[in-house]
Amino acid sequence: MERIPILQMGQFLLVTIQVDMHDRLALALQDDLTNRIVKTQAQGVLIDISALEIVDSFIGRILGNIATMSRILDADTVVVGMQPAVAITLVELGLSLTGVRTAINVEQGMALLRSPFGASPEERDTHAQT
Amino acid sequence: MVLKSKSVVAKILEQDETTLQTDWLKALENSDMYRKGVIRPAELRDQCSEFLRLLRNAMQQGNLTEIQAPEWANTRQFLADMTRVRAQQGFSPQETTTFVFSLKKPLFDRLWQELPKDPQQLAEEVWNATTLLDQLGLWTIEVFQKNREEIILRQQQDLLELSTPVVKLWDSILALPMIGTLDSSRTQVVMESLLQQILETESQVVIIDITGVPTVDTLVAQHLLKTVAAARLMGTDCIISGIRPQIAQTIVHLGVDLSEVTTKASLADAFAIALKRQGLKIVAAS
Amino acid sequence: MLKHEVVEARSSADVLVVRQQARAWAVEMGFSLVEQTKIVTAASELARNMVDYGLGGTVELEAIENGSRKGLRLTFTDQGPGISDLDLAMTDGYTTGNGLGLGLSGTKRLMHEFEITSQVGQGTRVMITRWR
Repeated sequence: MERIPILQMGQFLLVTIQVDMHDRLALALQDDLTNRIVKTQAQGVLIDISALEIVDSFIGRILGNIATMSRILDADTVVVGMQPAVAITLVELGLSLTGVRTAINVEQGMALLRSPFGASPEERDTHAQT
Repeated sequence: MVLKSKSVVAKILEQDETTLQTDWLKALENSDMYRKGVIRPAELRDQCSEFLRLLRNAMQQGNLTEIQAPEWANTRQFLADMTRVRAQQGFSPQETTTFVFSLKKPLFDRLWQELPKDPQQLAEEVWNATTLLDQLGLWTIEVFQKNREEIILRQQQDLLELSTPVVKLWDSILALPMIGTLDSSRTQVVMESLLQQILETESQVVIIDITGVPTVDTLVAQHLLKTVAAARLMGTDCIISGIRPQIAQTIVHLGVDLSEVTTKASLADAFAIALKRQGLKIVAAS
Repeated sequence: MLKHEVVEARSSADVLVVRQQARAWAVEMGFSLVEQTKIVTAASELARNMVDYGLGGTVELEAIENGSRKGLRLTFTDQGPGISDLDLAMTDGYTTGNGLGLGLSGTKRLMHEFEITSQVGQGTRVMITRWR
């Protein structure tokens, strides 16, 4: 069965989704990622979805699951590159992926993973004040 | 209705065109349209003789009732072109229609002279002529109206683009100053163009300033929240600034939850917090 | 009705085909990118519902016209167990499976028209339309 490749870069794992995923492929990615986090003791996971033309509730759920599971395994997850049309549709669908951190591109996503501060902008504000 | 025998009107147009035109011009020269002084006498004369020529040609087909028929296409086109020019010159629809309606009097006078002893045929001819000219007059109004609508539509679109500029305040910091009433469709356009700009500039903070927005209803508030949520999904933080006291009250009243959104009183405050998030601050030069 | 096509959806791989067809139709009919995305996402949700809970079924794509407006209509028909309480099924967050329960209610928000009929033991039919 085809699988989505997971790259390792130092302490981080990188996934670029470039195909329209069917559900089993998405579930396989979820399994593979959690296994790799444990095996490599990765501190962060970056998922680039800039090539994805849609994110429906299933893919949205998988992204949420990955974020939750990696947090339990002590790794941060950042989803980067969501297209505007996809974002509008997801919001309309009623999915806001509250537990998932996001960044506009890979570079900013990596910066977010490397920063030692909290997830929310408010926490960053507090930190910046001190 | 297609007349079998040639109508008297058609005959008049063929035989007495010069007299008819002179009388018509006289009537036109006394109208409001002419007195504005925008149309030159020579231009008006040309338009009159051209219209009479087209009228004559169209009538030769025998159809005096259906101006949508193909034989009337040239006449309709002529009137449409003229109306568009008149509209641009600032004439009212009434003044524009006068061109067609003022032909009635001279034409009926001629009919009277042609048929002094046949009241029945006279009535019929007058009826036909008046129906025809009414249709042509209404046609100019229709064109006038359509022209107006096109202008309004174009202006609306211009306004939509004009009123939603996304400006770059600093590296990675965008601002969207919203002005005027927000309706659902406008908010949608704004939202899409904002998200597109975020992508193109790869910005990390966006300030939506609503100082220039007089009121917010539930739908608009929800659209704003959706924009904030969509921007967050793309990895960009939104700050809403310039919320007026009345709008703050409305938002609370409507039960819209803004607790997830960073709000600041002014655009300046929002900009300061945006800079801080980027690890920047403004200091005095000396 | 200007044009129509029927696609079978029995497996999770077929859901992909439904998405591709919905995209192709939306592009051909001149929908904007945001509209295309909404249509494809809605199609994906309903096709998956059908495969997961309705034992699979068919998707009919139609280009329709109402006056000067053109529209894309998708009809999902299955012969599955049916839904006993439609109102409940349409509630945000309600799910019988392990999804997020946004399939039906969320899909409705993505489209202009949404019509669902279901009979227990007979199957379910969902018709969604988006106008240009």
